[in-house]
Amino acid sequence: MSEPSAVDPTTIDPRDEAAVTAAVDAALQAFRAAGDLEELKTAKIAHTGDKSPLALANRGIGALDKADKAVAGKLVGQSRGRVSRALAERQSQLEAKREAEVLVAEAIDVTLPSARTSQGARHPLQLLQEQIADHFVGHGWEVAEGPEIEAEWLNFDSLNFGPDHPARQMQDTFFVDPPDAGLVLRTHTSPVQSRSLLERGVPLYVVCPGKVFRTDELDATHTPVFHQVEGIAIDKGLTMAHLKGTLDAFARAMFGPDSRTRLRPSFFPFTEPSAEMDFWFPQKVGGPGWIEWGGCGMVHPNVLAAAGIDPDEYQGFAFGMGIERTLMLREGINDMHDMVEGDLRFSARFGVDA
Amino acid sequence: MRVPLEWLSDHVDLSVVDDPHELAAEFAGIGLEEEEYIGPSVTGPLVVGRVLTAEPEEHSNGKTVNWCTVDVGRPQPQGIVCGAHNFGPGDLVVAALPGAVLPGDFAIAARKTYGHVSDGMICSSRELGLGDDHDGIIVLSELGLDGAPGDDAIALLGLDRVTLDVNVTPDRGYQLSMRGIAREYAMLKDQAFTDPADIPTDAPTDRGFPVVLDDSSPIHGEPGCSRFTALTVTGIDPTARTPFWMARRLLEAGMRPISLTVDITNYVMLELGQPLHAYDAQKLTAPLTVRRARAGETLVTLDDATRTLDPEDLLITDAGDGAEGSRIVGLAGVMGSAELEVTDTTREVILEAAHFDPVSIARTARRHRLPSEAAKRFERGVDPAVGPAAARRAADLLVELAGGVLSTDTTQAGDAPEPRVIELAADLPSARVGVDYSVDDVTRLLAAVGAEAVRASDTSDEAPTLRVTVPTWRSDLTHAVDLVEEVARAGGYERIPSVEPQAPGGAGLTESQRARRRVSNMLAASGLTEVLTYPFTSQARADDLLYPEDDERRTLVKLANPLGEDRPLMRSTLLSTLVDAVVRNTGRGFKDVAVFEAGLVTHGGRPTDEPGPRFAPGYHPTALELNRVRGSVPAQPHHIAGVIAGHAVLPGVLGGGRRADAHDAIDLVHRIAAVNGQTVRAEADARAPWHPGRCARFTLADGSVFGWAGELHPKVCENLGLPVRTVAFEIDLDALLAQPDERDWTGALSTYPVSRQDVALVVDEALPAAELMDTLRSAAGEELESLEVFDVYTGDQVPAGAKSLALRMTFRATDRTLTADEASRLREAATTAAATKHSAEVRS
Repeated sequence: MSEPSAVDPTTIDPRDEAAVTAAVDAALQAFRAAGDLEELKTAKIAHTGDKSPLALANRGIGALDKADKAVAGKLVGQSRGRVSRALAERQSQLEAKREAEVLVAEAIDVTLPSARTSQGARHPLQLLQEQIADHFVGHGWEVAEGPEIEAEWLNFDSLNFGPDHPARQMQDTFFVDPPDAGLVLRTHTSPVQSRSLLERGVPLYVVCPGKVFRTDELDATHTPVFHQVEGIAIDKGLTMAHLKGTLDAFARAMFGPDSRTRLRPSFFPFTEPSAEMDFWFPQKVGGPGWIEWGGCGMVHPNVLAAAGIDPDEYQGFAFGMGIERTLMLREGINDMHDMVEGDLRFSARFGVDA
Repeated sequence: MRVPLEWLSDHVDLSVVDDPHELAAEFAGIGLEEEEYIGPSVTGPLVVGRVLTAEPEEHSNGKTVNWCTVDVGRPQPQGIVCGAHNFGPGDLVVAALPGAVLPGDFAIAARKTYGHVSDGMICSSRELGLGDDHDGIIVLSELGLDGAPGDDAIALLGLDRVTLDVNVTPDRGYQLSMRGIAREYAMLKDQAFTDPADIPTDAPTDRGFPVVLDDSSPIHGEPGCSRFTALTVTGIDPTARTPFWMARRLLEAGMRPISLTVDITNYVMLELGQPLHAYDAQKLTAPLTVRRARAGETLVTLDDATRTLDPEDLLITDAGDGAEGSRIVGLAGVMGSAELEVTDTTREVILEAAHFDPVSIARTARRHRLPSEAAKRFERGVDPAVGPAAARRAADLLVELAGGVLSTDTTQAGDAPEPRVIELAADLPSARVGVDYSVDDVTRLLAAVGAEAVRASDTSDEAPTLRVTVPTWRSDLTHAVDLVEEVARAGGYERIPSVEPQAPGGAGLTESQRARRRVSNMLAASGLTEVLTYPFTSQARADDLLYPEDDERRTLVKLANPLGEDRPLMRSTLLSTLVDAVVRNTGRGFKDVAVFEAGLVTHGGRPTDEPGPRFAPGYHPTALELNRVRGSVPAQPHHIAGVIAGHAVLPGVLGGGRRADAHDAIDLVHRIAAVNGQTVRAEADARAPWHPGRCARFTLADGSVFGWAGELHPKVCENLGLPVRTVAFEIDLDALLAQPDERDWTGALSTYPVSRQDVALVVDEALPAAELMDTLRSAAGEELESLEVFDVYTGDQVPAGAKSLALRMTFRATDRTLTADEASRLREAATTAAATKHSAEVRS
């Protein structure tokens, strides 16, 4: 509440500078004293209302002599101006204060658990395949795909696997019933090589990530359903040096700038020369070292011939590696069960996009 | 292939190898990957001891032990308790003294036993890892060994040796012998190589044991046996024992010593790569005939198993049952018969060194599950020229070690093929490998693997053609590119530089590939977790899902050799296996489980019995043949499916949450369409596995159905153990993405104000909202920008069997501000149409 005015409102003479100044001081004092907008409203009525000393003084000006009128008018007018500016200033101060108080009052505990919907996630094997595809797309390659139940010719014969190759036996390969129908669950992503050669022709630069099947029971290191990525490049003048360059760039993309690859002689029906590929893994448990990553080599002329491509004019390379193994090495996962069981906790830490 | 280094040093100079681990790494560099490093497993002191005294003492437990004093070269004899009895004073034995560690981390220490302090151990063969013989302790004289007390027995017995087990790739049969490994080593170390098979043999005569090659049905035109060498050794001392050095090498190579004759055949096989068989000559009736089996024939093999033979099996037979070929004496190249095996009374043997067709042997070994050491070599290719040398080497050892007499008559049926000659453009290795090899390099590197390259005289000097004679033991080298690999390998793969190729530039991901990522990312961002389930299912699962008997989803592709008979079929829907992931997660304590899977499903059932298309490697099928290949593969569209069990909005301190209902699943399908710029239509359906009253069927603009969503049938939840009111969707993503892109652009967006009109319509309760909305939309015209349902009411305020839908119509014109009157007229036009078509009454 504002202090009662020390000046009798009726007695203020508009010519009395001291009295007018006292009324102004009283008003300013009252505004300052107002602690909130309600108190300010009361002070406003008391000091600027119709019955306030300054209003009355103002009203008294009209009855004055002409000479006094000018002086008193100036005095009272300026005084009222000061009072109303002070009021406006205090008004805005108190409004700001009230707004601040409201915001404080509305504060919440932002640390309360906020989940209203489940946390979703992509499967890391899928994300890794996408990341691999992106690496090669960035190098001007394309991504090819093929069916999972595949013609035996495409899975084996077209890739230079003869009819007596051990991989064609039932202990390794799922055959569709009846076995003579010539359909298998693809044992590798390599049939997409043949499909790509047949459908896209040359020059060809494609990678084929996908699901493959072998008749292994699930354990810590095996699963009957797993994923591979296959790459094939066929052009004029491609050599094993280009294979090595492609693998080195891929290893860096997967395992960091210090990684690289090493080739060792090996055997695959669909490549000649063939190689096992190791990559240098700086983060290997127990210290940096070489780790087996996959197989590769120069595409066998019979594979090109089977697709109707002249192996004397075109040549190139192919490579393949396991996605599960790559993910396990990158993420330090050591049990295959975690990757195949679909436990929500497994995928959650990989998020929605790699 | 286990490579005992001590044995290898018979053939090459190993003195340059400081560290066998380094040699293992070098072997890996030429394609012999290390499988295992088998190092010394005994540490000393292990010494020769002479038994001075051996006092038998009977103990209260009924056991008699010997209390021995043994001279081990120390000032005082060593007192040792020994339980064996096959020795006596004066014998030289092997004593492990305190501080020695034997295989299995068996540490020797002085210990109190049987009333004595036994200060060490007198060792048996088994205790030293020298074989299974545990009948008694080693008496050095019985092994043909000598020494003095205190001598280091580790060196004497070769317990300090290293064996490298290397992986031989299936194309390189020649590496399954010391001969082949030694050649690789010589190449690696640039040493001169002396071929151990280079031994003089007698010219064949026709007076040896008669052999007949009679193959009536070769496989792929290859005769089952191309050459058969037989030698006869008589006068064998049946009591002669395998010398220690040979037994030791056999053990190191991973084979068990059996008897001198058998050990010699195995030893020569390991040395030269030629499997040999020894027959007891006195049990054989001439001639030996190599022929195919007849249907129904049986054979008891050396492992005492009775085997029913296949007409493709190649056999060794004799005339033991009368006629020529009447009695089976072995499965050629795989295993001999039990009846005719050499025994401890055999005094005369016929040695067989034959070359058999790899395919024939591989099929027989696989058919009878007999992966013998011989079969392993024949499958991978045995040198067809080495037979006579191998037979002679074995015969010489029988003469030397068993006092035998070699017959001068060598039998030889068939002949070794001429060595293969391959033409190689001298620049092909460089062009294919990317390393610059000169013509001399190529010639030299091929020579290192035993191939002789000479310039074809009729070619130019700049780009000569080489005529390369392939050594007989390299059956894997059939094509010029095979020679390229040998050049690269002999030259070292580490010389290949790293050069990134420049692809011509692709078109990026396809729209389908991008759309699949988009959909999966959207679902994950919407709170669903992606899982990957195995695609194997069963008819029982189709029952659980309440598929009708004639449902096309029961027509499934079956596997001939499934992992388990409980899941022999390939899924036709993702949901049939995705539900397992839900059950697993709820089983692990998760109350709210939202998962999805994107993948291929298989349509169609059992393929026809007609054999699928098969063509020889390298054959380019005609367009018609390729169509048959492609046509034989069942359709496998990309599907995407999701399941939500539990809450859609999680309960918690912030509020009560909301359980997922059918509309959550339905909405996800709409959103999948929407993120691809598509709109699709939902209609009521009653399809398993969904609740018949809470199932939406989704159709494309052309009316084709591409998926379903809703709440699962309560019985399905019960059958599968899913939480009640689990909801799910599954769509054919390929079908959705194949729909023509609906996105079109008709002009700038109108910025005139909207006019909203609300109306409540009372209609039959069974009328789907979508139908009413379609009617309203088409009657309201183009100015209707959006139509929402904001309330559905049934109850006292409307007649029984009716419902009231509260709708909000938002109008906007492209060219002017609509007046309230105009908007009202548009609304009335819409409700009039609804009244006509659905008897809808405006509720006031």
